[in-house]
Amino acid sequence: MHDGRADTRSFTGARRAFAPWADPASRPLVRYEAVTKRFGTASAPAVDRVTLDIYEREFFALLGPSGCGKTTLLRLLAGLERPSEGRVLLAGADLGAVPPYRRPVNMMFQAYALFPHLTVEGNVAFGLRQDKVPRAETAARVAEMLALVQLEHLASRKPHQLSGGQRQRVALARALVKRPKVLLLDEPLAALDRKLREDTRFELMHLQERLGLTFVIVTHDREEAMTLAHRIAVMESGRIAQVATPAEIYEQPRSRFIAAFIGDVNLIEGSVAAIEPGRVAIDSAVGRLIAADSGESRLGSQVWLAVRPEKIRVALAPPAPADAANAVSGKVVDVGYLGDISVYHVRLGSGLTMQAASANLTRLTERPIGWDDQVWLSWPPEAGLVLTR
Amino acid sequence: MSATDKRAGSPAQRLVVLVPYLWLVAFFLVPFLIVLKISLSQTTIAQPPYVPVLDPAAGLQGLREFLSGLSLENYASLLADRLYLSAYLKSLEVAALSTLILLVLGYALAYGLSRAPRRLQPLLMTLVVLPFWTSFLIRVYAWINILQRDGLLNQALGALGLVAEPAVWLSTDTAIYIGIVYSYLPFMVLPIYAALDKLDETLLEAAADLGCPPWRSFWLVTVPLSLPGVYAGVLICFIPIVGEFVIPDLLGGSETVMIGQTLWTEFFANRDWPVASAVAAVLLLLLVVPIVIYQQFQARARDAEA
Repeated sequence: MHDGRADTRSFTGARRAFAPWADPASRPLVRYEAVTKRFGTASAPAVDRVTLDIYEREFFALLGPSGCGKTTLLRLLAGLERPSEGRVLLAGADLGAVPPYRRPVNMMFQAYALFPHLTVEGNVAFGLRQDKVPRAETAARVAEMLALVQLEHLASRKPHQLSGGQRQRVALARALVKRPKVLLLDEPLAALDRKLREDTRFELMHLQERLGLTFVIVTHDREEAMTLAHRIAVMESGRIAQVATPAEIYEQPRSRFIAAFIGDVNLIEGSVAAIEPGRVAIDSAVGRLIAADSGESRLGSQVWLAVRPEKIRVALAPPAPADAANAVSGKVVDVGYLGDISVYHVRLGSGLTMQAASANLTRLTERPIGWDDQVWLSWPPEAGLVLTR
Repeated sequence: MSATDKRAGSPAQRLVVLVPYLWLVAFFLVPFLIVLKISLSQTTIAQPPYVPVLDPAAGLQGLREFLSGLSLENYASLLADRLYLSAYLKSLEVAALSTLILLVLGYALAYGLSRAPRRLQPLLMTLVVLPFWTSFLIRVYAWINILQRDGLLNQALGALGLVAEPAVWLSTDTAIYIGIVYSYLPFMVLPIYAALDKLDETLLEAAADLGCPPWRSFWLVTVPLSLPGVYAGVLICFIPIVGEFVIPDLLGGSETVMIGQTLWTEFFANRDWPVASAVAAVLLLLLVVPIVIYQQFQARARDAEA
């Protein structure tokens, strides 16, 4: 329910100016070229003709439901899987024949995959020892990494003697110590409890900015993706559905799937009744609705109007005519009080149930709107988005 | 702490804990004490074939006479006669070398099994334990057939033109090693396979990701993490091989005498129960050492997991 605000988090200062993907002169660090990955004889490929660019110093998120191929896409970059078709390039060079142990990328595994027989220090030093880094330098770099993740005092512990959060930090230090060109994070926060997950999110964000590394994260958690990433690729059954900044994905999803996956949304089916400059009129079961024109709608075609709950006003009285571009009335069937906001489920005359969320701006303990109240829902034309898919 | 608290629960729970101890007391400690007592006695032609025998009717006087009749004489004779010492050493040598061969073969087999396709593994495991379906003795007799002068082995070697004259296999140390390795291989494979089967594949991926080629991650990850299975397999094989009787007796030559055969001879041929008991008691002491080492290792592993 916090999704309504999550998109605002990445509007902070320096992050907004960073947009190499918008600059035609910049070259991607990682490039997936029509990559397809099939497992065994399975008919549907796990990754299906994915073409994707990731830029240096970018924090890139692969977001999607489980089984959508996001982890496979990450493993293709790590070299743990080979593409069935297509190429994966790093800094312009084809990684095809490069085994995982020679790729300058490191991965933080979902269940961390810490070596149980080695100490924290041994785990972090493992990668450097493989590269025959001199002993003194190894020690210094391990110490530096452990300091970065605040685990110096636990250097001689074994993984099973650590808490979940500490293990997560060891895994992070182990993957970072080799200074990879790309750090791959496979659901890095999934095993942590909610509070720790939220704190760690910001730590990861700051770490990425401070180290100036390229991070690619795989997650099924939309809040995580929106908080952390410069850009998000939403994946659906092996394909990339949309690649955009968190705010774009949230406000301008390209399909119903993306709109619903990235947050709560009301979808009202209808057909285009009229197209005026900048505006579209839609005939739906709840009456005629007006929305901003996305440029894709054709007269008479089937469309879906997507409206986020927090953009809908809930009132006991009908809205003033000036605000009545989109106004429907119905009965409150559910109220979810979340403290900061309340969510209302409103059953309309047509049988459609809509969701509206409003911030609880006052400290009233008795809310004016409750179960079975007849209410009006209204939203301005620009609050809704016309989806053709 | 809480674990011990939990164990000391209701009487029923305490009884459950008691059962294995009672079992060990009744079927291990008491028989061992009897053997220990006999080892301190002297042989005689009587029934039972040793003195002194404790006569409960004689009371305290009888107990005193009984105790004064015990001596360490038999142990002294074990030291005096080089026959026993060489039999002990031969047993340890055979056990050590065959355990080493078993470890190499068993590890390779277990590793192959754990890397085989998942759906084939139950079948392959069944094949490993399949020999158990036939009596152990019959299998050893089968080896006599294979190894004898006109046996299958020499026929095969002759047919391949590898040997001109039939080689002597039976009644040699080689035959003992073949028989032992064949018989004990499943006991080495099973614990190592169990350890390798538990190995988390992503650890190998993590090692590869950190710059470790496959052959090196085998030594740095797979081997260390399979050590508990290796220790278990080595112990399970080494201890019974030291006391092995049937295989050296049937396949080995007369010049190789292992301690199990010595024990058999003392007991059945010489009817010298006291010396046989002394041989057994010393053998037990020899084997207690590796068991204690193993237990300490296990305790450490348990602490590590706690």
